Amino acid sequence: MNYDFFRTLAESNQWGLIMPEIFIGGLALVVLLADLLLSPSQKRFIPRIAIGGLAFLLFLIALLASQGALRHATGFSGLILQTMEIHWLRAFFILSALIVCHLGSVFLSRRGHLPRGEFYHIVLVVTGALMLLVQSNHFVLLFVALETVTLGFYILVAYSNDRLPSLEAGLKYLILGALSSAILLFGIVLLYGIAGNPLLAGNTADSMNFTALGLFIAENPGHPLVLVGASMVLAGLAFKIGAVPFQIWVPDVYQGAPTPVTAFLTTASKAAGFAVLLILVTGPFRPLAGFLIPALSLIAILTILVGNTAALSQKNVKRMMGLSGVAHAGYLLVGVIAAFTVSWAVYAVLFYLFVYYLASSAAFGVINHLSTDDDSDQTIADYADLARHQPFLSAVLVVSLGSLAGIPPLAGFLAKVFLFVAAFQAGLFLLLAVSVLGVVISIYYYFGWIREAFFVQSRSASVEFVPKAANLPALSWNQKVTLGLLTALTIILGFYVGGIGSLMG
Amino acid sequence: MPTFSTILLPLSIAIPLGIGLFVVFTQKLPNRVARVLTQIAVGLPLLIALSLALNFTPDPETGYAFFSRTNTGLETLGITLALGLNGISLPLFVMAALVGASAGIFAVHRKTERHRLFLGLLLIMHSGLLGLFASVDVFFFYFFHELALIPTFIMIGIWGSSARRLAAMEMTIYLTLGALLSLLGLIALYWQSGAQTFDLIALREHLASQPLRESFQGVIFPLLLFGFGILVSLFPLHSWAPRGYAAAPTATAMLHAGVLKKFGLYGLLQISVPLIPAGAAQWAPTLAVLALCNILIIGFITMAQRDLKQMLGFSSVMHMGYIFLGIVSFNLIGHGGAVILMFAHGLSVALLFLLADCVRERTRTYDMQEMGGLAQHTPILAAFFIAAMFASIGLPGFANFWGEFTIFLGLWEYSPILVALAAIGIIISAIYGLRAVAAIFYGSETDALTKKIKNREEPITDLVPVERIAAGLLFVALLWIGIYPKPISDPANEALMLVAPPKVESIAHIEPLP
Repeated sequence: MNYDFFRTLAESNQWGLIMPEIFIGGLALVVLLADLLLSPSQKRFIPRIAIGGLAFLLFLIALLASQGALRHATGFSGLILQTMEIHWLRAFFILSALIVCHLGSVFLSRRGHLPRGEFYHIVLVVTGALMLLVQSNHFVLLFVALETVTLGFYILVAYSNDRLPSLEAGLKYLILGALSSAILLFGIVLLYGIAGNPLLAGNTADSMNFTALGLFIAENPGHPLVLVGASMVLAGLAFKIGAVPFQIWVPDVYQGAPTPVTAFLTTASKAAGFAVLLILVTGPFRPLAGFLIPALSLIAILTILVGNTAALSQKNVKRMMGLSGVAHAGYLLVGVIAAFTVSWAVYAVLFYLFVYYLASSAAFGVINHLSTDDDSDQTIADYADLARHQPFLSAVLVVSLGSLAGIPPLAGFLAKVFLFVAAFQAGLFLLLAVSVLGVVISIYYYFGWIREAFFVQSRSASVEFVPKAANLPALSWNQKVTLGLLTALTIILGFYVGGIGSLMG
Repeated sequence: MPTFSTILLPLSIAIPLGIGLFVVFTQKLPNRVARVLTQIAVGLPLLIALSLALNFTPDPETGYAFFSRTNTGLETLGITLALGLNGISLPLFVMAALVGASAGIFAVHRKTERHRLFLGLLLIMHSGLLGLFASVDVFFFYFFHELALIPTFIMIGIWGSSARRLAAMEMTIYLTLGALLSLLGLIALYWQSGAQTFDLIALREHLASQPLRESFQGVIFPLLLFGFGILVSLFPLHSWAPRGYAAAPTATAMLHAGVLKKFGLYGLLQISVPLIPAGAAQWAPTLAVLALCNILIIGFITMAQRDLKQMLGFSSVMHMGYIFLGIVSFNLIGHGGAVILMFAHGLSVALLFLLADCVRERTRTYDMQEMGGLAQHTPILAAFFIAAMFASIGLPGFANFWGEFTIFLGLWEYSPILVALAAIGIIISAIYGLRAVAAIFYGSETDALTKKIKNREEPITDLVPVERIAAGLLFVALLWIGIYPKPISDPANEALMLVAPPKVESIAHIEPLP
């Protein structure tokens, strides 16, 4: 039929740019088909298909990267923009999906009544959307990708559909997520409208494109509608990263969601929010630095303080992880604010996200293994005497929580040092002081957890108290390998960062 | 060029770390093997440290010997693993090796529950201690400190005495705050200097040519002073120390009170004061007053203690005051005295903690009012304890004497009144020290003690050979430096001259205290 269409397509062949996303989309369909066609006894192959496919894709990307085939590129009439950092983020989301699929296979094998195939399908679709999201250079793609992600999460959060906490979490996430999407959309529309106003200098017909929008904002940095629009866009993103005052949903949703999904929210969803935030503040919103730096600073301070103080009194481990994640979002915001003036702060934020991924994935791996029938009511007391009964799990827990708390020689310390140095260079002294205060507070709850796992022996000896750790199922080999790898990386990165260090400073 | 002697220094850090990790993570290792490995892992660094001390010939320009540098991927940030020893760090490195060896031998002898894990953690801590004094890079200086600190918390939390959980938590929070404050100070120094390096030698050269603005110095110095100060239990930020030591298992208390606590003082002496002289001068009067509070207020509190271990904890806090005063004096003599006293105090307080544990092993209590007349059962323990207490008080013949004496000498130039007030501390030390000796070893046995002795099947024994070796190691070093301090004072002198030659200008505008 349309010969010319295919010819231009073949010549310009931009689809190559998003081959990984297409591959993941295909993989998601394969998983769905497998769920349909395989007999119940063969369904245990579904997670292997998903994990194997993702690992293969990761291998391909690594191969391409080693050949130098991953480059700076734009495509689809400026809809997507790829830089080295974006490629790195795409690989990061694949890594994160790998962990979630692994956690999901452990989780679902204990809850036979839940459907299997959909879980991996949705995780894969969300992963593909996340990868598209960070490449977006246009509000349309950004919104579509973001909504795909959020829609997937609505289902995933409520996946344990026979558990009230999970359903409650799903409803809360749905309502607040819809609200934040609406705010984001309103902000986009405002920016679109004002940038298309022919009366203003720098007006553009393509005002959803970040590049064009950036040029317009540079001309009109003080226009009230620009400020309102940008604030609303950032507010929509603040929901994703759980920054104050949009952190209200975090504890309930983190607690109620199935543990693998909580891990997915912690690692991938938060990283996506920060990636988009970085794209915006280093791109179109950079001219607004005079307005955004104080505004974001205030949010960062509140986020660090609220997250840490709220986490202090938590006994439920998933709530604590959620609220401490809010605090981590605060530290990361400090890095984002530094990125306005210090260009390498972007790498500090990305490194922090990666280290945070390693540590929190390992922690959720432990939580996932300890969870019983209802995984929303796990408290710190369940960890009593873990060290005696499960030395490996407790070592993983110590390393990951130590890294989250930022204790040397673990990677989390180095990540915080990079952020602090960047903040110092940007002159954010107040934020630094608050961050340090936050870190000190966080020691209390992270170490309280470790303490429970290690130091509570006398209690079990004196009273008739059987610690939960005594009756845990044995770890399977793939759990051991995964947790071991995450832990080893956390330790190694603390001592030796290789080429990553050359990006800093 | 890596020569044999430059490899020895990294090796002395790597051996305890490697063996420590091996012991912690090998799950089915027999306890017997772990004990032999521990003795090797504390023995070899001691031999290396002693041989390095004998072959110590510093580079005349930098003042460092056995220098080596490894890139860990952070070179663009100016961070490399640079190791070396100068005249200030050498005595402390040797002291760390000595105390580590003594604590290691003692920990092997004194069996605990989950003994392997304890020994492994002790070794990791030991490697951090050796590393922090051997670091020429400020970042790794901090890094090794934390490496030593983490096992401390775990050891107190698991093997500590009653109230250990609270003590471990209090210590963790206090020390993390201190460490983060000093980290901020170090990062500030790194950025404001413009030298773009954490390398101490390069920083020093850079700042010698273009010193920081005085207003900056006045901001950075307190960060370092109070950051390090918390770690050294500077008044009024000391409350973690006595409680922590009272709860800590003995080997941990030896290493922490003896060695790790010197981190902050060493940092002040090696980094803060030479690099930020004007800031140091601005804050000197404040530091002098706080140090005096350490000596006098804590001194009086020490006198009121009944619990032997609490008393030792408070007395170690009190003696930090002298070292702070040595730093405040801002002259070569005072700083040299601080180095010697750091060395001597590390050995003597470790020795006292060790002997206190030996006392407890025999009397089953730390409460001094329940003891008495122990000397007739254990004459050698009594002799060691009395000698160690004399050393701690600062009697001539022990290394502590030279430290306190030279500090007072140096301080006299700065403010005679301070010397007069600080000297009261010696009387206080003598009172509580001699009172403790009297209460434990002389007088008549209390009924409680007699009953305890009767209830046990075997009679009270004197120090066994292993305990004698562990204690003797520390005691011989104290006595040797007490009689012949030259091996420490000479290199320290040279290094201090090199670190801050034009001292006079930097203190010219200090308002001396009356």
